Amino acid sequence: MKHTLAMLVVNQPGVMTRIAGLYSRRGYNIESIAVGQTEDPKISRITLVVETENEAELEQITKQLYKLIDVIKINDITKDDAVERELALIKVSATSANRAQILQIVEIFRAKIIDVSLDALIIEVTGTQDKVEAMIALIKPFGLKELVRTGKIAMVRSAVQS
Amino acid sequence: MKITGAEALLESLRREGVDVIFGYPGGAVIPVYDMIYQKDFPHILTRHEQGAVHAAAGYARSTGKPGVCLATSGPGATNLVTGLATAYMDSVPVIAFTGQVSTTMLGRDSFQEADITGITMPITKHNYLVKKVSDLPRIIKEAFHIATTGRPGPVLIDLPKDVSVGHLNYSYPKTVNLPGYKPNYEGNAKQIKAASAALAAANRPLIYAGGGVISSGAEQELLRLAEKTQIPVTTTLMGLTAFPSNHPLFLGMLGMHGTAAANYAVTNCDLLLAIGARFDDRVTGDINAFAPHAQIIHLDIDPAEIGKNVRVDIPIVGDIKNIISALLPQLSPGRYEEWLETVERWKKQYPLAYQPQEGTIMPQAVIEELCALTKGDAIICTEVGQHQMWTAQYYQFTRPRSLITSGGLGTMGFGFPAAIGAQVGNPDRLVIDLAGDGSIQMNIQELATIASYQLPVKIIILNNGYLGMVRQWQELFFEKRYSQVALTNPDFTKLAEAYGIKAYTAEKPEELRELLQAVLEHQGPALLNCLVHPEVNVLPMVPPNGPIDQMLGVGET
Repeated sequence: MKHTLAMLVVNQPGVMTRIAGLYSRRGYNIESIAVGQTEDPKISRITLVVETENEAELEQITKQLYKLIDVIKINDITKDDAVERELALIKVSATSANRAQILQIVEIFRAKIIDVSLDALIIEVTGTQDKVEAMIALIKPFGLKELVRTGKIAMVRSAVQS
Repeated sequence: MKITGAEALLESLRREGVDVIFGYPGGAVIPVYDMIYQKDFPHILTRHEQGAVHAAAGYARSTGKPGVCLATSGPGATNLVTGLATAYMDSVPVIAFTGQVSTTMLGRDSFQEADITGITMPITKHNYLVKKVSDLPRIIKEAFHIATTGRPGPVLIDLPKDVSVGHLNYSYPKTVNLPGYKPNYEGNAKQIKAASAALAAANRPLIYAGGGVISSGAEQELLRLAEKTQIPVTTTLMGLTAFPSNHPLFLGMLGMHGTAAANYAVTNCDLLLAIGARFDDRVTGDINAFAPHAQIIHLDIDPAEIGKNVRVDIPIVGDIKNIISALLPQLSPGRYEEWLETVERWKKQYPLAYQPQEGTIMPQAVIEELCALTKGDAIICTEVGQHQMWTAQYYQFTRPRSLITSGGLGTMGFGFPAAIGAQVGNPDRLVIDLAGDGSIQMNIQELATIASYQLPVKIIILNNGYLGMVRQWQELFFEKRYSQVALTNPDFTKLAEAYGIKAYTAEKPEELRELLQAVLEHQGPALLNCLVHPEVNVLPMVPPNGPIDQMLGVGET
């Protein structure tokens, strides 16, 4: 099963190596990883998407991650009410004949065209993993030239006050 | 007042109570060695960096204090790797300092540059590359804190040359600020209550104790626990010395070369109380057949050990000493007479035994004789192989921290340099390295170290002319195809004498005691080369991955 882990780590060189190294050494797979500084510059937030066989395996990898001195907090937010976003840049072939069609798709997905040339477009799309994947699938037939994805970032929603 | 990084290093070590460094100089650490010279800081010069790191570990294992070693960059640093991995597997607090090329030269494949923090990431509890000299006091403070608290382990600090010679305003921090490192020391009260209820309900409980008892300093608590409840005790290799070997409740070591009584007790118990042990494969054999009828209580300081290899019914995370102390008042004296009778019957029926052979020294006899002569009171260091298992089986340990052995990594060449560290840390105790003829040659250069410092380490080689444990496996599981295990050895007596070390060779059983005595009573370092029977097997033996109650060599002698 896929799990989304939100981790807080000490922001210093080598942290990513320690985490990635631990994963490969213990035979686990990372599906995606996104990292950046938080509101506190000494702390970074890592969003990891991992594939695990069962709960016991997830528990073990979480405990192993906690053994790293630089790891402060790990939350499994898979089942939480969280906002999840991924960003993708897609370069697609575009001729005068099909440009309108592509623009229509971009509009439906509320994506953006951020670069235009004679024979290509760069599209920026933000959304859940599913949305990004649907967009890529629809664009593909036009001739996908290049694709970059960020990996998922996520944030748990604040409780709604009643 | 401004001082250099090298001076700050030694000053910080002094404040941490470090009384000796084991090390080996080289280009990148010359500034540190210059300060060692100027400050006259106690230092033991080994003949190889691996010797230095094992010596630091031997010091740490025998005294309970952190051991410190120092090596230069590149090859000096990579020579520490085996020792760090050994210390990591056995949770030993070692602080390793390595020289590094200057920060401006990093990453350029400079002379004697190796990415030692990258290399040692999986084999240290934590490591540091010091980039600014002003960070050095904080990093040293953190390193000692991390190495010695929670589950202990080695920490490496990589010191670029410009950091050692750079200047800083020195002050040593009083506290550490590590938001990601907060070991849990107190066991959960509810879990402790659940454990005491389970113990009260059990009919056939067994204590399975590991090295964690010794790391925690909980030997007395373990003894009280066992005596109050009358629960029999087995230990792992690392757990030996945590419980007196001659105690009536002691069953000996369990696992691959454990006693029949210990292994039968595990298989038949209805409650297994694991204390500071990690269910290693050499202990469990076939994991599915391990303690099949038992509820499992697991006490450990490391949460990651809970449920790693076996399912655990009642986990308690915390310091062993605290947990047992909290558990003790809740326990009532046990009523396990029937179980104790069964266990006692196994002990009587299947004792450790071997068949003496006319005219040849039996390796087990050397250890029995040594145990009798030292009254079980020596610090015994071992290498790895058959002699190590015979030591675990036949030496009756009376004091904690008196077996220094590489359990997890199984490092040949560990025992002799570890004995150097143990002797430096315990100048008034008898320190013996029990070695095989293969293992002793892996760090034999350290003969020069004990000779030059006149460290009275005694080396006893069980010389069977083979890599005996591998030969045993080849005999039992590879139809006696003895591939690359027969050794052509030097004359160990002459070799020791070349270093100026007193040495003897024992060939006949009747001269064994006298020569052992001569070696033990010799004032300085001494070596005894025991020519033992070449093809003796360590028994009992659980074939690899087999259930531990099915042993070769039980009831055959």
